Amino acid sequence: MQPVLEVRDLDLGYDDYVVMRNLSFSVNKGDIFIVMGVNGCGKSTLLKSLIGLRMPTKGKVLYYGKSFWDEDETGQKNIMRRFGVLYQGGALWSSLTVGENVALPLQLYTKLSCQQIQEVVALKLSLVGLEGCEDYFPSGISGGMRKRASLARAIALDPDIIFFDEPSSGLDPINARKLDDLILELRDGLGATVVVITHELASIFAVGNNSVFLDTESKAIIATGDPKALLANSKDPRVIQFLTRARAQGA
Amino acid sequence: MLPEKLVFDYSIPKTLLIKLSGDWQISAGLLSTDEVTSQLNSHPDIVQINISVSQDLKWDSGLITFLLKLIRECEHKKINVAREGLPQEAQKLLSLALKVHEKDILSPNVRESFLERTGEKVLQIIEGLRSGLYFLGDISVSFGRLITGKSYFRWDDFMLIVQRCGVETLLLVSLISLLVGMILAFVGSIQLKVFGAQIFISDMVGIAMVRVLSAVMTGIIVSGRIGASFAAELGMMQANEEIDALKTLGVSPVEFLVIPRILALVIMMPILTIYADLMGVLGGFIISAGMLNLNPVEYLNHTQNAIKLSYVWVGLIHSIVFGVIVAVAGCLRGIECERNAAGVGIATTSAVVTGITGIVIATAIITYICQFLGV
Repeated sequence: MQPVLEVRDLDLGYDDYVVMRNLSFSVNKGDIFIVMGVNGCGKSTLLKSLIGLRMPTKGKVLYYGKSFWDEDETGQKNIMRRFGVLYQGGALWSSLTVGENVALPLQLYTKLSCQQIQEVVALKLSLVGLEGCEDYFPSGISGGMRKRASLARAIALDPDIIFFDEPSSGLDPINARKLDDLILELRDGLGATVVVITHELASIFAVGNNSVFLDTESKAIIATGDPKALLANSKDPRVIQFLTRARAQGA
Repeated sequence: MLPEKLVFDYSIPKTLLIKLSGDWQISAGLLSTDEVTSQLNSHPDIVQINISVSQDLKWDSGLITFLLKLIRECEHKKINVAREGLPQEAQKLLSLALKVHEKDILSPNVRESFLERTGEKVLQIIEGLRSGLYFLGDISVSFGRLITGKSYFRWDDFMLIVQRCGVETLLLVSLISLLVGMILAFVGSIQLKVFGAQIFISDMVGIAMVRVLSAVMTGIIVSGRIGASFAAELGMMQANEEIDALKTLGVSPVEFLVIPRILALVIMMPILTIYADLMGVLGGFIISAGMLNLNPVEYLNHTQNAIKLSYVWVGLIHSIVFGVIVAVAGCLRGIECERNAAGVGIATTSAVVTGITGIVIATAIITYICQFLGV
């Protein structure tokens, strides 16, 4: 089966500074794929290269076999149309209401009438538990609700792949757990593939079925596989230390 | 057309079987529930709806939106909609959409009437004036503390702001003042030529620039460039909770952020104004000597004789007042900024508008006072 997303020999960096080298992994349909690692290891830089915001120094990012960075602008737009992104801070447009935020992708990419768009917006908001919140501005709702509203925007066009950048950051444990459950339910309902960038252990074990571990020192992937299996079987002290929240030796 | 996607079957008593087929994706457009509703109206005995799907069914949120609407309509009519015939994923999505989530606590989002909004606006203006006065009070107290050596003042920051207000504005001030001087000379020459009094162009340009125009033009430039940047900078600090962090540390944001900015502008505005005076006179000189064939030495002598020292002082007083107005407007708008991106934009615009309005009003007042004092 062809992977939904494949990363081949990817190098990431800023000018002369290399963040990560030779990253290679693939994400299959229906996976909830975790990209984990400590702060500053390059998770967010990798995400930027995956969602078309930052060109990698070397290597390929393939969606359904098509190399994203080798496509022309139209080709890239067609690929981008197939994924949704939940940004760390929600990134809702503050001058638009929650409903308008969710409606905008539908206005841009579908031919639905205003009434029909409102119906789809109502559906998306009810999927994330925000029915009736269309008229609120992002500044008038809580952080957890902003995340869910942003998720409703991310799934507005029924994407094949949903990227989550630190979904639990800034959320209390109860809301973080609710969001994890929502990720699982949306994956099952929409049949989407999910890529989660996180270092929250609770989320990693609650939702992930495949993962890569990025290491800052070696600037490479040092472990791959189901996070629960990694916890049980990995012999690498860096992975064990991360997954068990153990203190660094000598600390 | 509708029949291709929806087929109705009444073979079971009191039950409507809806057979779904074809393309139900958003890209194909959404189907209205009107057809089903009219079927139900014509068969009032229906108490149950079953749904079946064909092999060729293509679906996404388009189908779920239709079904959700149908289920909600049927709830009102007390008709049960069985979802077992739907694809598993669609059943899961519908369950999620119909799940009763714990309600989040939200402030009511009610639309206010025109009168309420007008009243709200008036109260906002009064509150704005009051907070402006408080802010001026804070500034006075902070200055007092600075003079008595009790406040925390970072000279590094101050020097950096001085550089931004001065050196980085110089090019713009040069260009605008030079052009204003040239325009004044050119426009003045049209009328003065009639009387053969072109030489008085030097008096006109010199006095106008030195007394008021240089200070006003510099004030407007500084308001657009520096006042706006103060508002944006402090607005972003407000949005990022940096100002809260200062308060919890026991440091007054006015002392730490506002006083250095006001001082920097109060020092740099007179210097920029003197520089603008020179550039304005130079502009007039270029036009007079280059285009109107006036004697350059005579022009400079006339200018020297026309400009009294008191005019220079009037210009400098203008510039100091404008410096305070621009800095206070920029800092006040920045500190009052709402904690979002739109708020920063509004604060920036508002700082420039307040700054320029303040400059014009102050010019009128100072001119009247000078007239009254006979300066």
